Amino acid sequence: MDSVGNILMYFIIALAIIVFSVLTVTSRKILRSATYLLFVLFATAGIYFQLGYEFLGAVQIAVYAGGIMVLFVFSILLTSRPGNNSEPLTTHKKWMGISAAVAGVALSGYSLLSYGAFLGREMSSNLNVDITRIGHALLSTDKWGYLLPFEAISILLLACIIGGVVIARKR
Amino acid sequence: MELSYTVAVLIIPIVMFLFLGIVGVKLSKKTAGLLGTCAMGVTTLIAYASALTYFFGTSQGQIVDGVRQQLEVLDITWLQFTENLVIKLGILLDPISAMMLIVITTVSLMVHIYSLGYMDGEKGFQRYYAFLSLFTFSMLGLVVATNIFQMYIFWELVGVSSYLLIGFYYTLPAAVSASKKAFIVTRFADLGFLLGILILSFYTKTFDFVTLTSNPSAAITSAGGATFMGCSVMAWALTLIFMGGAGKSAMFPLHIWLPDAMEGPTPVSALIHAATMVVAGVYLVARLFPVYCLEEGTMTVITVIGCVTALYAAAVACVQSDIKRVLAFSTISQIAFMITSLGVARPELHEGVGYMASMFHLFTHAMFKALLFLCAGAIIHAVHSNEMSKMGGLRKYMPICNIAFLIGCLAISGIWPFAGFFSKDEILVAAYANSPVWGIWLSAVAGMTAFYMFRLYYKIFWWNNPDYGHHTPHEAPMTMTFPLIFLSLVSIVAGFVPFGDLVTWNRGVLHTQIVWAVAGTSTVIAVAAIALATVLYYKENPVPTKMADACRGLWTAAYKRFYMDELYQFITHKIIFACISRPIAWFDRRIIDGTFDLLANVTNSASYAVRKLQGGTIQGYVLVYILGAAILAAVSIICLI
Amino acid sequence: MEITMLMYLIPSLIMFGCGVYGFITRKNMIAILISLELMLNSVDINFTVFNRYLFPGQMEGMMFTLFAIGIAAAETALAIAIVINVFRAVKKVDIRELTKMKF
Repeated sequence: MDSVGNILMYFIIALAIIVFSVLTVTSRKILRSATYLLFVLFATAGIYFQLGYEFLGAVQIAVYAGGIMVLFVFSILLTSRPGNNSEPLTTHKKWMGISAAVAGVALSGYSLLSYGAFLGREMSSNLNVDITRIGHALLSTDKWGYLLPFEAISILLLACIIGGVVIARKR
Repeated sequence: MELSYTVAVLIIPIVMFLFLGIVGVKLSKKTAGLLGTCAMGVTTLIAYASALTYFFGTSQGQIVDGVRQQLEVLDITWLQFTENLVIKLGILLDPISAMMLIVITTVSLMVHIYSLGYMDGEKGFQRYYAFLSLFTFSMLGLVVATNIFQMYIFWELVGVSSYLLIGFYYTLPAAVSASKKAFIVTRFADLGFLLGILILSFYTKTFDFVTLTSNPSAAITSAGGATFMGCSVMAWALTLIFMGGAGKSAMFPLHIWLPDAMEGPTPVSALIHAATMVVAGVYLVARLFPVYCLEEGTMTVITVIGCVTALYAAAVACVQSDIKRVLAFSTISQIAFMITSLGVARPELHEGVGYMASMFHLFTHAMFKALLFLCAGAIIHAVHSNEMSKMGGLRKYMPICNIAFLIGCLAISGIWPFAGFFSKDEILVAAYANSPVWGIWLSAVAGMTAFYMFRLYYKIFWWNNPDYGHHTPHEAPMTMTFPLIFLSLVSIVAGFVPFGDLVTWNRGVLHTQIVWAVAGTSTVIAVAAIALATVLYYKENPVPTKMADACRGLWTAAYKRFYMDELYQFITHKIIFACISRPIAWFDRRIIDGTFDLLANVTNSASYAVRKLQGGTIQGYVLVYILGAAILAAVSIICLI
Repeated sequence: MEITMLMYLIPSLIMFGCGVYGFITRKNMIAILISLELMLNSVDINFTVFNRYLFPGQMEGMMFTLFAIGIAAAETALAIAIVINVFRAVKKVDIRELTKMKF
């Protein structure tokens, strides 16, 4: 039995995710889309906190909300003028998008519901993810160690920096 | 092995061909010509050494019990498919191939020398000499072939070189169509040759001439009495092989290419279309003679075709106005003599004199016909025309040519002591020995021969004296007169060669003596024909025209070569092209091609239709991907329930 | 009342559906990238939720999410660099009009 505050918090987060997701993809002002996305990301971070992954939630806020969103906002400001709304969607295209989304959601939802009993299980309380353990796991070469992906992703990020510089450089 | 140096007579011309063909254009014309001629001279010397050593050499194993042995001085296995199916290349020396070596190299050398003068200043002089070398190589390879397949290879090679040389003036449409005609007609005949080879070798399990001819009855019986359309398979095989020979030797009705082949340069006509290549058919039959003479039916076919051709060609030659055409038809007629002589030859009749006579006539004919053609070339060179009407009274301008042409005419007419007398006499003896019908027939044709040759002679050198204007004909240069003189001398003395001792069907010795009953008659006929020609054509007079008018229909028919070309034209165009080829072409174009066009068009339009799907719109891809995944998932869920 | 696994998965699913819809319908390239971020986020939530409920003693799902966030950041940075470069060249960010390199 969870505390009432916890449940209340959950509903707020869930509602925020659903509403702002829909608004993100339906808003005709691109800057507003980005802002709604920011709220979705915050709500996602809220889920991580609620689940007990504080480090993950912090990363989500720092990288996504702090880093990626800034990029988005800058690029939006660079590429579009204020008041330059996107034109309304054609019905044809709208229905295509809706049908694809609804088909995917319906199928996934159906399969989720058909596993209802399994998914109805409660959260166990013995969570053990302190920051020391994460740090050891990231730099360990043992079983459950992540040194190789860690190094690989660092090379990827380096490549990405160089690539970004090369692509965006003025000729 | 002894005499293995004979291989040089093949190597030198082919090397010369490659050399002149590849780097010839870099050389000056004179260098190329002299180089080709010198190489030919060396080839001739080697061929003479080889042939004379073969005939008169006394070394071990050449003559056993008075019979000359067939020497395979070179024998290379070229392709070995199976144990029986082996294709060899080699050099076979026996009396006829040794004799042919002499004939080919002599005439070829004379033509090489003559061409230095005749072709002087022509465009493509180096190419001309390259082709001459190719032809010499092919023809020599043909005569020394050890097996029928090698012969076929070289047989086609001479066809190609003949094609190239007829079409030498490739800017003239007439030359181009003549070369095509020659090639297609002989190819058609060679189809028969190839079929014959396949049938023969299928049953006898060998290509080898030596194996075939050393035991001919085994070859005949190897078919085991198999028949096709009422005739034995062997008779079919031999007749088909003879068809190839008839095509190459311009026998009726496959003769139509030879008169047109005169579009080539005149020395080429002398070499290929008078002296050497056209006797390949005779040589082929002679090569397989021991097998042929066991098939009575095939021999009869050969005889009949030979006789018909002889008469036909002689009749046409009597009225032609183009001097090269007259000579071409006289060539056809003379080759028909050789063919007939082989056809009537039997080992039991006069020790097989027909075979010896045929080869003898081949030898002498090559010499005097080459002489006549080279003279004709000199005349054309002087007058710049082929037509008799443009000539006349040339004896005053061209004395050497006059004498040489006269000697050639006397030789071909069969007047003692010129070469043709001896060989033609032997042919007539052989014909009378077989059946008086053939004898009388050939005697009559021999008379016609004398008549049309002297008609030609008088029309060129006597007749009238037309106005040549400022362009007076003059004697040819030394390079052209030397071959004339040389060949004249050969034509005078060639008849005294003891051929009976050298070339006989069983390679033994044949004791010939002149049968005066035959020889006398033929001489009387020839002299009478010459006298008639003298009376008619000695001086310009209206009698020949009146005679032509008197039998206008016959004269026109003969002038038009009895409409043989028109008949061919009709058969090929109206029947084969219209009734067979056109429907096939329609079928090919509409049905076969149409099917594939349809396939291509459907593919094309389908591609255009689906092109938009691969338009690079990532959103479209995602849509299809999501929907596809959803459909697959739905299907699997439904199926699992 | 318990907060079950399903209750976390439902908002994640709707977020993913919105991402798909936006990806297919939006014309602005940056808007498409935003939709992409939505989809990535929903997947991240799923990883974490499954880890938390099914294997609370381990942290594979969390690690996956961690790396996914890192890669998403890299990918977004690069994509935005490309978008800006394209915009600099043709003054447009509407993907339907970016046909210069086609065919």
